[in-house]
Amino acid sequence: MNENDTTLSLAGIAGTGPLADAVASRSNIFEMTRAAEAAVLRPREAGRWPHELRAALAARIAKLNGAGDLAGRYAAAAGDYAPVADPACDGSNDGLGPVLAFMDKVAARTRDVAATDIAALQDAGIEDADIVRLCELNAFLAYQLRLIAGLRLMAGGQP
Amino acid sequence: MSEVVRKFTRRVPEWRPRVAPVKLEEASEAQLDALSVTPSNTKVSDYVLTLAHDVESLKVRSPLFNAIMYDKGGMSRAEREIGAIGASMVNRCIFCAAVHAMRHAQLTNSTEVTDKLFHDGHAAELSGRDRAIFDFAIALSEAPPGAGADHVKALRDAGLDEAEILDLILSTALFGWANRLMHVLGDPTRPVNAEA
Repeated sequence: MNENDTTLSLAGIAGTGPLADAVASRSNIFEMTRAAEAAVLRPREAGRWPHELRAALAARIAKLNGAGDLAGRYAAAAGDYAPVADPACDGSNDGLGPVLAFMDKVAARTRDVAATDIAALQDAGIEDADIVRLCELNAFLAYQLRLIAGLRLMAGGQP
Repeated sequence: MSEVVRKFTRRVPEWRPRVAPVKLEEASEAQLDALSVTPSNTKVSDYVLTLAHDVESLKVRSPLFNAIMYDKGGMSRAEREIGAIGASMVNRCIFCAAVHAMRHAQLTNSTEVTDKLFHDGHAAELSGRDRAIFDFAIALSEAPPGAGADHVKALRDAGLDEAEILDLILSTALFGWANRLMHVLGDPTRPVNAEA
């Protein structure tokens, strides 16, 4: 299994057996999942959100969802933004208060997100393109952490 | 004038962005390139033009979406739609739920399952197989994900094989993604005075 593949290495898929066969039959999907991870964590055009901050935000979302080892993997790339990975950090020291409040809500209370949450980011001076970038990062993490949780359940472990 | 749709429905609403979409006439070469790989390339929707703000994500998202929902083998397309619907109900993405409930109804030639899901929610009376699929999708979509070994056992007891369970995980997880774009970046709307 590819050690560089975050999803499959964390899911702990064994080399052979029915589950490994099922995963292999969808190898195109796992390949595109890797590409999507690169696009949201390490894009060429990062906008307002540098790669290290993206890693910290990814770690934070994983932690909020009980995915400690995925969080650890992303936190390792968070550099100076490492404190942001802790859900207890409110971001006020880094001017990230509105961003973290938004990301936490989208990650954990999605159904409650309303137009006012987007307006709050706009009022904080964040451009629309950077709002879309935040949503894409959050949305990808939602997918990845659930994919890992599901694969682990299939493998017979804890999610 | 239009109003925001707040109840689950199979009648697909319009979608009104909360941010300004990219203007097609002002799109960069990279944006135009990414826009061409979406399913609707004759008239580009406001949704896709909104996502074009993050062109690298858009470019990989569309083929990934299509592969998870439509590639051959594994779980039936209709059952993948139940994964999408379960996620969309947890996250209250009215738009996604409508699109995928409509597809489920088309694929099964029946509105029975989605009528029950929208009317009775979690208490809906479903076949054993649909029940196991829907319950798993709901549990995996919670934050943090609440799916456990019992859910997977229920899927296997209902006759799903490994390839089908993997496809269900993929379609459910994918809508954790899609809901966080569609439901967060815009509102589902309907013209006022349109039939309820």
